[in-house]
Amino acid sequence: MGITFRKETFRDDFTFRNSPEHIRRFPFPFHEDSYMYAVNIEPHVVGPKGSVLENLIDVDEHYVAEMQDRALVLAEDPLRCQSLPHMTLAGWDLLELLMEQQALGYPEHFTLTRDGDRWRWINRPLGIDDTFTFGDTSTLPYGPMEYITRQSQGDFCILDQRDGNLWMDAGMVTTQADWSLDFDIGMNFFEWHAPVPLAHEKGIFIRALKFLTNIQQGKPARRLNWTMTINPRLDTSPENYHKWGPDRSTVTPENVGDKVHLRVELQSFWRLPRSNGIVFPIRCYLIKMDELVTQPKWARRLHRVIRDLPEELATYKGLTRYRPTLVEWLSKLDDGSPTSPGFGPD
Amino acid sequence: MSTGTTKLDVVVSNVVPVNELVTRFHFRRRDGELLPTFSGGAHVVVEMRDGDRTRLNPYSLMGSPLDTREYTISVRRDDVGRGGSLFMHRSVKPGLEMVISYPVNLFSLDLRARKHLMLAGGIGITPFMAQTSQLAGSGGNFELHYTCRTASLGTYADVLQQRYDRRVRLYHDDLDERIELDRLLSSQPLGTHLYVCGPAGMINWVRDRAAALGWPAETVHFEHFAAPQPGAPFDVTLAVTGKTIRVGSQQSLLEAIEAAGVDPPYLCRGGVCGQCETNVVSHDGKFIHNDHWLSEEDHRSGCKIMPCVSRFEGKSLVLER
Repeated sequence: MGITFRKETFRDDFTFRNSPEHIRRFPFPFHEDSYMYAVNIEPHVVGPKGSVLENLIDVDEHYVAEMQDRALVLAEDPLRCQSLPHMTLAGWDLLELLMEQQALGYPEHFTLTRDGDRWRWINRPLGIDDTFTFGDTSTLPYGPMEYITRQSQGDFCILDQRDGNLWMDAGMVTTQADWSLDFDIGMNFFEWHAPVPLAHEKGIFIRALKFLTNIQQGKPARRLNWTMTINPRLDTSPENYHKWGPDRSTVTPENVGDKVHLRVELQSFWRLPRSNGIVFPIRCYLIKMDELVTQPKWARRLHRVIRDLPEELATYKGLTRYRPTLVEWLSKLDDGSPTSPGFGPD
Repeated sequence: MSTGTTKLDVVVSNVVPVNELVTRFHFRRRDGELLPTFSGGAHVVVEMRDGDRTRLNPYSLMGSPLDTREYTISVRRDDVGRGGSLFMHRSVKPGLEMVISYPVNLFSLDLRARKHLMLAGGIGITPFMAQTSQLAGSGGNFELHYTCRTASLGTYADVLQQRYDRRVRLYHDDLDERIELDRLLSSQPLGTHLYVCGPAGMINWVRDRAAALGWPAETVHFEHFAAPQPGAPFDVTLAVTGKTIRVGSQQSLLEAIEAAGVDPPYLCRGGVCGQCETNVVSHDGKFIHNDHWLSEEDHRSGCKIMPCVSRFEGKSLVLER
């Protein structure tokens, strides 16, 4: 029994929805009724059945629609996918990782067959059946990173490790929360994190870098991050700010439930074997308020988190404009009763 | 996170004497599957169960990263060391089941380099075996300069010359052949990266000359695993776990801590990676620092120690473990 892939859009008429099963598996990011930065990194190991952690690379009902949206973004702006010349080997590493993981987790949808360096890749949802020579870029229609990330949900940053730092030297970034690969390409870990407030004073980035440069092969790690997006728009990039920025002034008490989306990123970190680089998949999950509040615990908790969020964080996440409207709407769903520990719904 | 890396259950598939000092060991997975892919310069930590002692020593992988049916390492016999290499030479035979770590690379190629200039001394040749295989497979530009004591101790010199011909230059100490280092370092094209692996004296010499000749520090790469040195036994108090332990003369401080049932993080066990860095609560005596991780300032401060390779002499030592 495979996944039933939804036909839906992340632009124009915004027909994106989560099925009831997908609402329950949503990676709700708050384990308590308040939120502050922490180095919330843990080993990326397989989690419970029916959760987004059931497989280390998650494929869900939005797969086909997300890949179609990515193709539209790339057609308009090819610089969303970039790989500096020394990163081709890391691209092959990523191709191997994603093919292996998708074929392992979803054999009914993906098949990888290897005969030495002759590989055959079958992607049934997208109607792809390609045979190529591993390591020979001329045998694929795109570079290895672009080829496989056009077939994998989430953004991917490939970081080169050298001089005790990590460098953003390749990536496929079309579902981002207001940052630009074209702007950050070639920057190191401290440079691309410079705009994040509060965390620098806490020394979080120094500790995080130390941890990441020590990530070992076969031992990936993960963390959750979150923000909010108006309308289920995957591509909230600085390049397209003129398209989505004004959406934030359209939130009214009547349309909060439909327009406001919690946007959660499941970020994972993997050592790449041949290049010794790190790949950083940033998988974006969207859920509209109407869907989220079908779980009463999440409704109560989200109300408390958004209400009490420090002003700097609200500004950084771009919530300022509609926060009062959202908090007012959520408050009606919060009777003040306690919430159970942990992330999951009751 | 747990200590070390993921482990691999392997079987010794071959043992090949290479010359009077060096023996090569081949490992395959016990389950018959392929081993993990690795990058040139990576090492594995080999667990040696020698009676009631367990030693864990790092060795560079020297096979081609393109072939993961087996891993190969080469071990130089050290007759005055703590016995790890002697155990490998005497007790490890084909068919023996062993445990090794996943590969870890602390001596990675910088793939931006326009040219890779490699300098090897003695058994320091092993990481370059894998790196040259990797570069040759992708049309990379490299040049290897290899010094050894005598032609018969030039481990793999013949193989390398056969594979790469004029890209390999050999220097024999007994024939008084020396790398003309200043000339070599002064005549490299822009964008060259320098890699050196060999005895500590060679590494220091090359780093000093490269700095003096204006090579940016980011372009000079080196790897030197310090072997834990034997020494006088000493007592240590572990403040966190409330244990008092004795470090034997042939044992490293890290091994003694582990033998007491405490598992500090580690990776390389050669004073390079920084994982086992430990805070000193108090001490009355003298540290014998052998690592390449802590700064000189750290060493002078008496506040930190790398238990994988460093020792202590004196009345008392209390560590935050």
